[in-house]
Amino acid sequence: MANSSEKRPSRGALALLSERTIESLIYVCGFSAIIFVFGIFFFVFKEGAPFLTKLNFTEFFFSKEWIPTSTVQPKYGIGALIVGTVSVTVVAMAIAVPFGLGAAVFVSEFCTGKVKESLKIIIELLAAVPSVVWGFIGLSVMSPVIIAVFHVPVGVNLFNAALLLALMSVPIMVSIGEDALKAVPDSYREAAVALGATRWQMVYRVLIPAARNGLLAAVLLGVGRAIGETMAVLMATGHAVNIPDSLFDPVRTLTATIAAELGETSHGSDHYQVLFLIGVVLFSITFVVNLTADLVVKGIRKG
Amino acid sequence: MPVAQTMKIEVEDLRTFYGAKEVHHGISFHIEPNEIFAIIGPAQSGKTTLLRAINRTLEFTPGSRMTGTIRVDGEDVKKTRSVYELRRKIGMVAPLPVGLPLSIYDNVAFAPRAAGITDRRFLDGHVEKCLRQAALWDEVKDRLDSLGTKLSGGQQQRLTIARALSHQPEILCLDEFSIAIDPVTTMRIEDVLKELKREMTIILVTNLVQQARRLAARTMFLWNGEIIELDSNEVMFGDTPKDRRTYDYVNGIFG
Repeated sequence: MANSSEKRPSRGALALLSERTIESLIYVCGFSAIIFVFGIFFFVFKEGAPFLTKLNFTEFFFSKEWIPTSTVQPKYGIGALIVGTVSVTVVAMAIAVPFGLGAAVFVSEFCTGKVKESLKIIIELLAAVPSVVWGFIGLSVMSPVIIAVFHVPVGVNLFNAALLLALMSVPIMVSIGEDALKAVPDSYREAAVALGATRWQMVYRVLIPAARNGLLAAVLLGVGRAIGETMAVLMATGHAVNIPDSLFDPVRTLTATIAAELGETSHGSDHYQVLFLIGVVLFSITFVVNLTADLVVKGIRKG
Repeated sequence: MPVAQTMKIEVEDLRTFYGAKEVHHGISFHIEPNEIFAIIGPAQSGKTTLLRAINRTLEFTPGSRMTGTIRVDGEDVKKTRSVYELRRKIGMVAPLPVGLPLSIYDNVAFAPRAAGITDRRFLDGHVEKCLRQAALWDEVKDRLDSLGTKLSGGQQQRLTIARALSHQPEILCLDEFSIAIDPVTTMRIEDVLKELKREMTIILVTNLVQQARRLAARTMFLWNGEIIELDSNEVMFGDTPKDRRTYDYVNGIFG
């Protein structure tokens, strides 16, 4: 049937045009992320910037005196708030990382069929609980339990909030971590097992090294969730400006401070501007966390 | 029907399945100790599946199952006391090289470590010995710490051979080991195999009919999950194998 003298079929102008359009659309999608990130940073920064001239940086970062509403001498020290955010996050991760990654390994490698499916669904349900509900659980359920179990005077404290954050970030870690493990080719598993490795040896000698980038990403998404979480920590930390001495001291976080106070300030006041600067600080913290992670991952790849 | 206890591997009425698809239709044969036993046959005839049934990695494929018996050293693999010990007894080299995402050293030291050996001096010597046997030592001795997955295809394949030797197996299964290796290196490894025969039993699955002819004492022609013919190489590669198809296959007249 083929006739060599026949003209080769070529695509019409319309097809070419639509190809171009789609190409540029995809281009725009890619760059929009950059635009949005810088846009957010810019507008948050713009609201807080005028106060920078009046700001004493040492006091801002290292003082633990946060008295923004004083009519005599307002003080804007966020030292305690930074410590609050960091300590809640660290404790939450100390709980969530072993649990989250452990659950990911279990779901991906040690269970099959119905158990696996139902576990995945239930874990994802955990992710669907709104944060205000978590806060409510912290206030009304866990607080009395903590008082009863640990014999401490106040139940809403660092530990309570960290526990909530851990529960909130575990589902993300599990699903991302499981994806990372699932992406490891089965030939690795079979090779390891053929060498006489037990299931557990296969997991920690082969799968975890093979999936470490993905697992690290899982942990970092959990960290991001914990740092950024607002409502639950607002309700469960005790919301007291305080540098904690123990797990059971109340603390206050950067996010909760913004959420609780922004509505009360007048637009453009010093207090208002400082709250936006806190936003900038938060933004920088997450930026540094992500950047470190990227560098670590790159370092691993090279090695 | 117990065959004499001296058999290394006995297979009786083996049927394997992936879901509803039957791969082996009830095959029986045995492999003697310290022989090189070649399995030839076209793709999809069940060669790889047979190896996976022997070391029981077949069960990692969901929906797979087997009936019949496979005995290694007289022990039924389905009832073995420790499947890990069974697998350590069998060295497995897959057709496409699977360099584990570890350093070259750790790849080869994997199995001894999994068996609980931690003595660094022993491991050093052992890793070197295995890499030498796989004709890889000279090429990698200066970069044992770099990733095994970064080696070239042929080097990775030899790495998997070194790895398969690392747990001092009694049975070495080579599944088309020379696909990614140049002829010269293939010859070097074939020489090693002839040496190794003294220490272990070797099952050689190969698409290279001539390789089976060069190395094996007996060859099995597997086709569509059935044994067409199994005999000594003189018969299989001679002028008068029992089955016409064998003659056609080994002489390239097939199809």
